Amino acid sequence: MTNISDAFKNKKAFIGFTVACDPDFEKSVDYVKTLAAAGTDLVEIGVPFSDPIADGPVIQEAGLRAFKSGVSTKRVFEMVAKIREESSVPLVLLVYLNNVFKYGYAKFFATCQDLKIGGVIIPDLPVEERAEVAVFAKNSGCSLIPLVAPTSGTRIKKIVTDADGFVYAVSSLGVTGARNKIATNLQKMITDIKQFTDTPVAVGFGIHSPEQAAQISQVADGVIVGSAIVKIIAQEGRHADKKLTDYVHAMKTALT
Amino acid sequence: MQNNLSDKPQAGRFGEYGGQYVPETLMHEIEKLTEAYNHYKNDPLFKDELTDLLHKYANRPSLLYHAQRMSEDLGGAQIYFKREDLNHTGSHKINNVLGQILLAKKMHKTRVIAETGAGQHGVATATVAALMGLECEIFMGQVDTERQALNVYRMRLLGAKVHSVTTGTGTLKDAVNAAMQEWASRTEDTHYVIGSVMGPHPFPTMVRDFQACISAEIKKQIITETGHLPDAVVACVGGGSNAIGAFYHFIEDKHVRLIGCEAAGKGIDTTQHAATLERGTTSIFHGMKSIFLQNDDGQINQVYSISAGLDYPGIGPEHAALAAANRAEYVGITDDEAVAAFEYIAREEGIIAAIESCHAVAYVKKLAPQMRTDQIIVCNLSGRGDKDVAAIARYQGEEIND
Repeated sequence: MTNISDAFKNKKAFIGFTVACDPDFEKSVDYVKTLAAAGTDLVEIGVPFSDPIADGPVIQEAGLRAFKSGVSTKRVFEMVAKIREESSVPLVLLVYLNNVFKYGYAKFFATCQDLKIGGVIIPDLPVEERAEVAVFAKNSGCSLIPLVAPTSGTRIKKIVTDADGFVYAVSSLGVTGARNKIATNLQKMITDIKQFTDTPVAVGFGIHSPEQAAQISQVADGVIVGSAIVKIIAQEGRHADKKLTDYVHAMKTALT
Repeated sequence: MQNNLSDKPQAGRFGEYGGQYVPETLMHEIEKLTEAYNHYKNDPLFKDELTDLLHKYANRPSLLYHAQRMSEDLGGAQIYFKREDLNHTGSHKINNVLGQILLAKKMHKTRVIAETGAGQHGVATATVAALMGLECEIFMGQVDTERQALNVYRMRLLGAKVHSVTTGTGTLKDAVNAAMQEWASRTEDTHYVIGSVMGPHPFPTMVRDFQACISAEIKKQIITETGHLPDAVVACVGGGSNAIGAFYHFIEDKHVRLIGCEAAGKGIDTTQHAATLERGTTSIFHGMKSIFLQNDDGQINQVYSISAGLDYPGIGPEHAALAAANRAEYVGITDDEAVAAFEYIAREEGIIAAIESCHAVAYVKKLAPQMRTDQIIVCNLSGRGDKDVAAIARYQGEEIND
């Protein structure tokens, strides 16, 4: 079964995101291990897609670097196998539906199960289309992490009622990427979600500073940071370990 | 694979194709749009208002013209052109744009956005936005802004802001990505006027309904003129809006051949084409399950066509379903064949047709001689070719300052 719940046990979870094969295969394996060793409770690995419509420029550029390093869905699974030789950190994949579809739903989720990938976040799979994927995820004990948006409103009930793993609360409209101000009333959004589920709620999109993390953790069970981490890797290339460690420490401190 | 949903077919499905594969951020707005469309499509006032605009503003019904010189020259079937190029703004795109922007007004939107390839949809959107007093922003691939520079200026003249999209290949696919991202960040006051029969439900159905006036008119006109239905209807396909418009009311007439002409670019055995149905596979992208050109890993291919309007790696889900059911045929036309047709129809009939539409004309040139002189082909001339003159001159090695 999933070990996602470990990430939320008796603490506010810090969830870090990195793009597979950015800057290359070996270093991205190292970076997942570095993030975990520094205290990241759950690592989200992004599977690059040619047309990532939910992502902002920082993550789009990371995807282009990953394609240059020869990333493919198969390579991502090889990466996870490598990580699993040394680390049991809870992992989820962020993957666009076409990559899963083309790999084959059954084969994709069976591989997730083998590699102890606890969950999958599919940004272009709304609840209306979940059924075609859900059965495969369920059979392999992999959580299909639902996303709730600031615009979800009355849709929240049907989105989260059967949720497991965690619920991904999208803080802002638009694409991923750092924002200085989050306008959404997160407290209300999370209260609405918790009416229908006991699954932990983590907030993502736009979070980058320890101050934001501290503030959001007052109302959420965890925070998700993507672009801020990817930016460190973009700047430091193959030498990002120390900066990543320092960053995770700062965020973890803010969450305790 | 069968899942345990209800027995009735899901809304927005064409066989296995279609659906609503978009980020949750957009779903609330898409629900509202679906509801509004389902209401207004049956509202007599809305229908009257739209018909009035189509007739008095867009110049509908468009003419059905018997191309006698071409029919004689090719020595086979009688060729009729459905003159969508004579619509206001110069293409079929205005039909859908009038419908969607009228709907957007009813939904109290104050701003519209759109993607465009050749610029025809962008021009139509900018035009109707001006007419109805809405703010308008157009997303266009950077490569397309260069090869369709005239249309860029046209949109600006009409008061629209044009964003040049530099990501990916800088063509139609990337313009759609950018427009979808923009919409996801701002739905409250903004409607995304998708220009083709693609994207998440309700767009493929709604755009088809707004374009179906083309085949409704053809049917009436050809019966009045000849007393019977055509033997074949031919149209170019990128996303597929003019083709579905020309096909729709003939789908039930099983003996009428429906033929879509895809961009085969430099040949379907090269990597430089956009021949989706000939070379593509099932995929989930741009909000729909349909056929796309993709690699083994599910990454969408970079495609190519001389025609900016057909330079798209996918096709609307209803076409995918018509192809799967063998109800419509889809053939590839190369750049060379399209350019030859561009020159041919100009000289034979005195019509400068859009390079997109010339993909259909090129197929008519092949098909007509194989048919009897008492048979009929209707070819949809989806747009006019003024925008292409400079590019075709360059293609033929002539430099002109446009």
